[in-house]
This record gives sequence, C-alpha cells and structure tokens, in this order.
Amino acid sequence: MYVAVKGGEKAIDAAHAQLRRERRGRLDVPELTTEQIASQLKLSVDRVMTEASLYCPSLAALTVKQAMGDLQEAVFLLRAYRTTLPRFGSSEPVDTSSMRVSRRISATWKDLPGGQILGSTFDYTHRLLDRSLAGEGESTLPPAPDKGEGICVKGLPRAMSALGTEGLLEAVPEASSDTAADLTRRPLVLPADGPEDRPVRLQTLARADEGFLLGMAYSTQRGFGAVHPFTGELRRGFVELVITPEELDFPIVAGEIEMTECDTVSRYTGTAMPPCLTRGYGLVFGNNERKAISMSIVDRALRAKELKEPETGPAQNPEFVLLHGDNVDASGFVQHIKLPHYVDFQAELSLIRELRAAKQEDSPARGERSC
Amino acid sequence: MNTQLRRREYMRLLSLAPVEELENFLSGLDELPTWKLLRGPESGLVMVRGRISGEGPLFNVGEALVTRCVVTLPGDACGCGYVLGESPRHAELAALCDALWQQEAYAGLFDRELKPRLEGVLRERERLAAEEAAPTKVDFFTLVRGEDK
Repeated sequence: MYVAVKGGEKAIDAAHAQLRRERRGRLDVPELTTEQIASQLKLSVDRVMTEASLYCPSLAALTVKQAMGDLQEAVFLLRAYRTTLPRFGSSEPVDTSSMRVSRRISATWKDLPGGQILGSTFDYTHRLLDRSLAGEGESTLPPAPDKGEGICVKGLPRAMSALGTEGLLEAVPEASSDTAADLTRRPLVLPADGPEDRPVRLQTLARADEGFLLGMAYSTQRGFGAVHPFTGELRRGFVELVITPEELDFPIVAGEIEMTECDTVSRYTGTAMPPCLTRGYGLVFGNNERKAISMSIVDRALRAKELKEPETGPAQNPEFVLLHGDNVDASGFVQHIKLPHYVDFQAELSLIRELRAAKQEDSPARGERSC
Repeated sequence: MNTQLRRREYMRLLSLAPVEELENFLSGLDELPTWKLLRGPESGLVMVRGRISGEGPLFNVGEALVTRCVVTLPGDACGCGYVLGESPRHAELAALCDALWQQEAYAGLFDRELKPRLEGVLRERERLAAEEAAPTKVDFFTLVRGEDK
C-alpha cells in the first residue's frame, strides 16, 4: 500500500528548477533546437515515437530535449500527451507492398526481384570513432550521388511471395474481420496465446521497449524457445496514411509516414504441420530495424501454442512477454519505489518486530541465532 | 474522371506538399473569398493499422498525430483538410484549397497551375530519394567453398 506524504513543495520546486538549469547545460554552448534533434538525432526520435505509440517527429524531438536524452522518460512524456488528444478514427491498413523504399534487403534471397537496396545503414561499418564529428580535423561530408538513372523504389514485389508459390512457406492467415482488438481501448485478455490474439499481441509488441524485445528475441536464438530466424525481407521507407474522415464518405491521403517492416522466416520444429518455414512479422514507426527484427522473432516465438511447439522459453509465454515489455508501465512500477514509502516501511518494521517477538516466545529454549 | 476521384487526387497533393507551396500559390492570387472556420484547425489521433505479413489480418500499429480543418465559403461550399503532424496552418490552407478547387471559378486555374506545381514538388522529392538509393543497390556474390569442389 502506498500512503501519500504531504509537504516538500518548496524543495520539489527547487529540484525542478535545478533540473531545468542542468538541462540547459553550459551556457557558453549553444542551446539545442528541436529541429536539430529531429534531423540529427533522428533514430532517437524514431524510437521514442514507436514506443510512445505516437507518430509525430516534431513532438518526439521536443520530448527528447525535455527528457535530457533519457529516451524512456521521453516515451513517457509523449505517451502522456497522447492521452489528451481525441481520436479522429482509424486508417486504412498501410500498404507496405507499395512502400516507397529507402532500404530493402533480404538475407535469404540474393537475387530477389527488384534488387537489394542497402540505403543508409550502420551495417558493414567498422565501428571506428569518427573524430571529425567532434570537430577534430576537417569534416568531409560525402557528396550527393550524381544525377543518374534513378532506380525503381516503389511497389517492389514482396520477397516472401517467391517461396509461397512452392508451398515451403506457411500461408499468411486470412483476413476475416475489418476491425482489430485495440489495447488502448480494452486491456489485454490473457492467455492471449491463440491465432486470433495475434493482432493484439503485435500491437503490444510494436509499442514494447526495444531493449526488452531485443533480449527476448536473443533468448530464443540462444535456445530458450524454438525460433531459428532468417530475415526474409527487411524494408524501410514511406507509406501513405489513408483515412476516411467523418466529414467525407471516401478515403483520402493525410500524409506519408516512415516505417520499418520485417518478415522473418524460421524452420518449423513442431508436429502440427509438415516440415516448412513459418513466418514472424514486425512493423514499427520510423527507422527502427533492431526493433522490427526483434518484434518479428518474438511474434513468431509467441505462436508456440498455435503451432504446437514445446514451450521451453520465456519468449514463448504471452503473459510473460506482453505484460512486461511496456517501458512506461515497467518504469513507473520499478521507479515508484524511490518515492516516499515511510508509512509502508514502518508497517514492515513493526511486522518483523512482532514476528521475531512471537518466535522468541514460542521457542525461548532453543536459543536461535538472531540475524 | 469523376468528381470524387479528382478530389481525392488533389487532396492527396495538398496534404503531401509542404505548406509553403500552398501559402505561395494562394498569396499570388487576387482577392480570395472570405472563408470561415467550421471545424478546427485541431489536432487529434488516427490509429495506424497494418496487416500481418503485409497482407493478412489487421492489427493496430500505433497512432499518428494529424491536424484537421473544415472551412466554408460564402454559398456554403465546404473544404476539408487533413495533414500529418501539428500543422494548423497547413490543415487550414489545405481545406481552403479544397473548397476553392470545387468552385467553377477556381477549378481551371488550380488544375492548370497548382496541380502541376504540387506534382512537381512531390516528383522531385521522390527523384532525389531514388537517386540517393540508386548507388546503394547491391549484388552480393556467394563464394564457392573448398568442400563444395
């Protein structure tokens, strides 16, 4: 039980004032603008949008600044702001097949139709410090590519379709409904382990903490669960957001959002189906590959019950994964223990004193050691 | 082309183009009719939905912040604007352009001048992105390993 305390307003105000000064940092260094954060710390912004479950780069950049770069605090700020807004409706499903891609790779098919486009990536870099970014020596920005023949970056065929035709790959489940369970309107109902629960599991994973999902995905690869994933296709780019507003009776495009999508395939080791490849799916806001890959692996792991696989790892347990991955929930509960708990703790102390006294009365002769 | 398709097409352009394009175009016009705000501009959420594996059952990915606005012109013509992000000015001008575009007096001019201008901006944006991507197109080779010989 948490019992509130009173007072402390002056000290709390002073602590917040100190926080604001510290956030500004040294006054002889120029203040960061939110535009700088949005454009130069874009991956932080993208992560905050995904975990806050709210796509808005300008506000996400503001929260990164306000939270002094603490991304989980930034997620909390954006999530909290989200609750103040009305919902205008739901979009048409985003058409990732017609995504205007800036990156698109497959680790399974070398010659996939449409080609592999690396786009910008940290992959294959040597992870050496670039001192020029610290202002030492001359910083050289590579020139933009020559005007040349552009390549086709729109409507690239899905890499996974190639395998489907041979029957080696499990079929995508049929879309049977034009609505989906919404975690923000109705809390998760456990056990959430059936195929019909996959949509709400995916919504939960999409907003889950990247580090948590990464750890879960890693655990299945190391043997706590039966996922042996390959990246069938990873694509990043822009999709149009299409909505049918209440003022109109036809769908319109409201804008373009950047998303990362990952399709993983993994060998099926259960008994419910003949040997084949099964699929996992990840889709997140912005440029967020680690998250999209982890999401697709964990999505696949959570289908253990449906696919009649031995359930041996935590990543295959929907209750474990779905209830512990949200960093606003988790951070709130873990961090609340630093707030005043004086009354609880006094109660704890007196309880222990009573228990010890009772025990001594029970067996005074045994002379038990005190600890 | 039917009116609805045509309207969908230019509403898309109005949302995707930068607000400065609308601002510049409108400021170059002679006197505009006075418009009234019927709704907003106000921001709110749209739940972004995806499909499992891109083509299966629906699921909710997360929300996007949008700004919307509805304007009326004298004579009760209405225009509607929805844009991504916190952009009240953009939503209002998109709604105004939508309203004007439906007027016979403006439709020709908008088709002749605004439409190609906005299409050009979007084409240029896509061209630059495709040019950035082009040199990163990769062909990997698999190597024949000793044991395969």
